[in-house]
Amino acid sequence: MELITPEFGLIFWTGISFLILLFILKKFAWKPILNSVNTREQSIKDALAAAEAAKREMENLTADNERILKEARAERETLLKEAREIKTKMIADAEEDAKVKADKLIANAQAAIETEKKAAISELKAQVANLSLDIAEKVVKAELSNKDKQLKLVEDMLGDAKLN
Amino acid sequence: MKTTKFSINRNLLLGAFFLLSIFAVKASSISKEKETTSDDEFDTKELIFHHITDSHSFHIAGDLALPLPIILWTENGLVTFMSSEFHHDIDGKTIVEKNGLKFVNVHEKIYQLEAGASSVAFDAEHHPTNAKKPLNISITKNVFSMFLSMAFILLIFLLSARSYKRSNNNMPSGIGKFMEPIVLFIRDEVAIPNIGEKHYGRYMPFLLTLFFFIWINNVIGLIPFFPFSSNLSGNIAFTVTLALFTFIITLFSSKKYYWKHMLWMPGLPVPMKLFLAPIEFMGMFIKPIALTIRLFANITAGHIIVLSLISLTFIFKNYFVGVGSVVFVVFISVIEVLVVAIQAYIFTMLSALYFGQALEEEH
Repeated sequence: MELITPEFGLIFWTGISFLILLFILKKFAWKPILNSVNTREQSIKDALAAAEAAKREMENLTADNERILKEARAERETLLKEAREIKTKMIADAEEDAKVKADKLIANAQAAIETEKKAAISELKAQVANLSLDIAEKVVKAELSNKDKQLKLVEDMLGDAKLN
Repeated sequence: MKTTKFSINRNLLLGAFFLLSIFAVKASSISKEKETTSDDEFDTKELIFHHITDSHSFHIAGDLALPLPIILWTENGLVTFMSSEFHHDIDGKTIVEKNGLKFVNVHEKIYQLEAGASSVAFDAEHHPTNAKKPLNISITKNVFSMFLSMAFILLIFLLSARSYKRSNNNMPSGIGKFMEPIVLFIRDEVAIPNIGEKHYGRYMPFLLTLFFFIWINNVIGLIPFFPFSSNLSGNIAFTVTLALFTFIITLFSSKKYYWKHMLWMPGLPVPMKLFLAPIEFMGMFIKPIALTIRLFANITAGHIIVLSLISLTFIFKNYFVGVGSVVFVVFISVIEVLVVAIQAYIFTMLSALYFGQALEEEH
């Protein structure tokens, strides 16, 4: 029975001792220790998070670089393609142009030739007419130098006129 | 799970103790019959009870004992004197007169004799008829041991705290390095799972102080020489005080849901509610009582079993029994090292659990 009967004295001292211990330890031990541990854990957590963020950033950067490279490559491709197309087109255009111009030149030349030809023909005609007149004058002069000949001419002419 | 496993172990130990004590009683009765002439008969019960109960002086070795102050509150005010004034007498023969009052020590209880009486007379129920017990707040062996443990705890943790302050990266050094895992264990395995992330911080100082107070005192009780060897944490006054702190804190942190859950259990038919309410209400008081008895009984049982085993040697007066009992004492002591840590853990864990229950919100 003595064993399970709590003594007031010990209860009193236990209560006081525990409260004193609790007060002192709380203020001078648990608070600094737990604060330090928390600060340390927080800093570790932060450092890990920062490392993770840096890693992700790095990954993003790499991905970006790749994307940019890819884009650049694609752009080069398109540029080259465009250039090639432009080249082909330019050549084709130039050919077309040249053809058109040549055709025009040829046409012009032909026209000019035609005109020259016509002019030459008309001049030739005129000269032929003059020459004919001259010849005719000379012939007429010679023909009409005697009376017989004049008559013969009139007759020939008349004869021609009849034929017409 | 751990608890049940452990209590089985505990029960085994207790069973072993009872067997042993029966054995011891038989053995002593046999030896009594045989050697009736022997004048100093070995009294196991006396030895064990002397050890596990409190005392007003601290026995060191042989006739050497540390006198401790006796502090009494009487009708004539505070009376203080050293226990050495009784000259190791615990049979109430030496009378100490102070402030006109006469005191005797009967089995480590201080009685104040009434005028004219020269020794305490007891009636059949062991109540003193001509003396009374004044309010005794002496520094007994257990109180002395408690102060010693306080000094140890303060030394350990103030040094630990200082090692944190000194380092520039919040890393402990020296003793703090050893203590930090235990502190973190209390935080991560006891406080947070039972109380919850939100409120645990408020209870940490109490839980940590409780754990180390019980543990260090348990360990002090295991060391078998002066100035240790007291049975403080196996004293019911000690355990009841700590359980009372837990109980009071539980009541003060209780939320509405705790009371509702206890007195009007939700989700049950009304007759069941009426049936459960008184049980739950009693449970509120049984919890701290269980805390009290668990720690008291475990530690006391540990002390008793070690002492019983040692006593075997003196009962049988035989070398083989001596060797065997030493082997068993070592074995039990090693188990006790584990037991005292587990008991401190269980007390703290259950306290945290009760706080967690009190804080529970409607869900």
